[in-house]
Amino acid sequence: MSCVLTAEKVQKLKAARKVLKEIKYEPAKLEKGYANKTLYINLSDNSIVSKDVTEKMKDVFIGGKGFGLWYLWNAVAPSTKWNDPENEIVISPGPVGGITQYPGAGKSLVVSLSPTTGSVVDSNVGGHFGPLLKFSGWDALEIQGKADQEVIVFIDGNKGTISIEEAPLEAVDTHLIIEELTEMYAESEEDKRNISVVSSGTAAQNSLIGLLNFSFYDKRRKSPRVKQAGRGGIGTVFRDKNIKAVVVKFNGVKGDLNNPVDLKKIQELGIKLHKEIHDFDAIQTQKREVGTANLVEIMNDYDLLPVNNFKYGYHPETWKIDSKQIKKKVTQNMPDGCWYGCSMACAKAVDGFELKTGPYKGHKVLIDGPEYETVAAVGSNLGIFDLEHILECNFYCDTYGVDTISLGTTTAFLMECYESNILNKEITGGLELTFGNKDAAMELLHQMSRGEGFSKIAGQGVRKIKELLVKEYGADSHFLNDIGMENKGMEYSQYISKESLAQQGGYAMTNKGPQHDEAWLIFMDMVNNQIPSFEDKAEALHYFPMFRTWFGLMGLCKLPWNDIEPADNRQTSEPAKVPEHVQNYVELFNSVTGKTIDKKELIVQSERVYNFQRIFNIKMGFGQSLHDNPPYRSVGPVTVEEYLSRQDRYDQQMKELIGVDPEGKTIEEKMQITRKYREDQYDELRQTVYKRRGWTENGIPTLEHIKNLGIDFPEVVEVLKKHL
Amino acid sequence: MQFVDKNEELCTKCHLCEDVCAAAINKSDDREKSAIRIDDGKNIGIINVCNQCGECIEVCSEQAIFKATNGVILINKSKCIGCLVCVGYCPSLSMIFHEEISVPFKCIACGKCTKECPTEAIYLKEIINEGQVAAGVVE
Repeated sequence: MSCVLTAEKVQKLKAARKVLKEIKYEPAKLEKGYANKTLYINLSDNSIVSKDVTEKMKDVFIGGKGFGLWYLWNAVAPSTKWNDPENEIVISPGPVGGITQYPGAGKSLVVSLSPTTGSVVDSNVGGHFGPLLKFSGWDALEIQGKADQEVIVFIDGNKGTISIEEAPLEAVDTHLIIEELTEMYAESEEDKRNISVVSSGTAAQNSLIGLLNFSFYDKRRKSPRVKQAGRGGIGTVFRDKNIKAVVVKFNGVKGDLNNPVDLKKIQELGIKLHKEIHDFDAIQTQKREVGTANLVEIMNDYDLLPVNNFKYGYHPETWKIDSKQIKKKVTQNMPDGCWYGCSMACAKAVDGFELKTGPYKGHKVLIDGPEYETVAAVGSNLGIFDLEHILECNFYCDTYGVDTISLGTTTAFLMECYESNILNKEITGGLELTFGNKDAAMELLHQMSRGEGFSKIAGQGVRKIKELLVKEYGADSHFLNDIGMENKGMEYSQYISKESLAQQGGYAMTNKGPQHDEAWLIFMDMVNNQIPSFEDKAEALHYFPMFRTWFGLMGLCKLPWNDIEPADNRQTSEPAKVPEHVQNYVELFNSVTGKTIDKKELIVQSERVYNFQRIFNIKMGFGQSLHDNPPYRSVGPVTVEEYLSRQDRYDQQMKELIGVDPEGKTIEEKMQITRKYREDQYDELRQTVYKRRGWTENGIPTLEHIKNLGIDFPEVVEVLKKHL
Repeated sequence: MQFVDKNEELCTKCHLCEDVCAAAINKSDDREKSAIRIDDGKNIGIINVCNQCGECIEVCSEQAIFKATNGVILINKSKCIGCLVCVGYCPSLSMIFHEEISVPFKCIACGKCTKECPTEAIYLKEIINEGQVAAGVVE
């Protein structure tokens, strides 16, 4: 990085610190994947408390996001808002988290009340913080309250100290503060790998779509890097609590620190998967070479890449931003995992990128990514096919602490509003928000960092902008609801779901909002036609969300599950599930914890937490059928130009599926017929899914179902009874 | 560069090399702790031993694997965190892991096994490359 951080400057930062509270503790030795302790910190009164993790918590909630949900449930009331001091940020790695032998085992799960959805949100993030936190003796970190002034929380897992310190001089933007704190707390270059920083950025405090960055030290590039807990605005909560950073330091990572019951089994499973990745990654998904970016051209080829606010799924200029171009920018031949032992190594970095805009113009920086989601969100979905712009935007989103997905989907929505004359230069303060205008898109982001101009509206996210445009500017709410790609207040991630009914459900029937981490069924449904009936789709919308929830209970990453497949996977009875890898996970869990689950019990573990999260939504005033309504843009063509772009397909469907002859009908009539059919299909799917999940027609888990799952605690039953 | 080369046609599968190696590098009489392996040839050939190709160096996130000045690939045990990526990534499956030994191990081309091989199926071979000349390791 071009900013030279001198020892003198670090000393100055340190000298301005005032220790508000410091405690000593005896770091717990891990047993079977658990420290059996949670660190609770309240920033309102600077209390620091060690809480016991009970056996019941481990049985029911397992860890990771399960622990986060349970702590948050106990911390908030139905009336609690995201910016009340009662709201918490809970970070937990899960019992399998931190093993070094199996790829993708360094994830942290973050849980909080979201500023954009108003309900509970969870985010799965890489980087070293979660495992180092656990090795420091804590299964979870629970932060409540609000500091009076800017603070840093520092956990030293070797010395056994925790401090809350006033930190007036440290930077807020991530690329600066992670360097400052890594320098400050490391005793040598070697020691830098032992530090991980959680931080956000200046735009997180001026918008509702802030993210958290989790750092790890890149030993080859000699620089700290970050992975993002992007969804749901948790970075905004973090800044609202006046936290600049949470730092953990732990020296001594080894492969056996989890003290698992069967290390040998874990080692065997790890070697087996390393070998699989070695043998097949290059001919399967090429994660090691390009990360997730190869999806850009695949999605474009299948008409699934969002273009111009999800109107279209394809663009002829996509080649300018595809993985072949990205490959030229990222440094190669690096073991780019975000935790030890991840041979999947999907993390990528661009070195020495010279910024062309904004406060750090001229600086040469290291950029994490770009991920597929970012390329689509701030590129194709805005009609921008300029890789340099995407990289610049990626950097600024990360350092300013803004979620690229929510920013992209929101900006795309604003651009469509602008082109539909709902917005104009007067309202935008001079920004010409037309599709393809990269300068305007970039300026909007810089405004967000400064807390100025139109970004004060843009940073609210799609749902709140819709309300404002209707109220202040008399916009047509039907149209805005159709084109505003949000559900539950969260912006959609970057896939066109119009031709996959199952994925429409996979997005809108989620717990936290339309993020693809619950279910990605487009190929199964649309391309391979493996789940033709409503029952098939409902089964998939039961199994996959439950299965994928499990990664978040463990501290695991989803990619090594199905972005690499064993050689004979296609010959198995259920290739989409990757049965051999499911069995790996069953054995990993058992080998760490000493429990004896099988693949069925794995799903039940998830079902408990999944249903609990649904009930948490209900407690907060959401979580019912009406909250699972998708915007029509995700279901079918909203505008004439959209219909015309796929006219042959829609006309054919009308004839073959709906049984209506499109001949002689106007476009508007055809759009209406298509809409009625597609919305009816969605409603039928919704009811089939609810039934499969053990829910009522209104999407409420039944008492019988939660009793069977063993989560019928009195406070849970009390919430449900009001709705049954 | 020095490495253990092989002529598999001469191997009688007496396993003596494994005994010698296990004793030399792991002070053990357990053949499973040998860095040279004699097997049925299903996977990689009858004699499996590291050819010092060095592909494991780049896959190690901890930079614990390095090439010594004589061209032999070595592991810095104190840096290894036991992720085993090198074991899965070795093209000839010659990076060995044993549950009782905390870090992987491999042939260090010490040549002890070649001295004991009754049929000369394994022997030490030296390849002098330009890099070594440039580095002043050899003339």
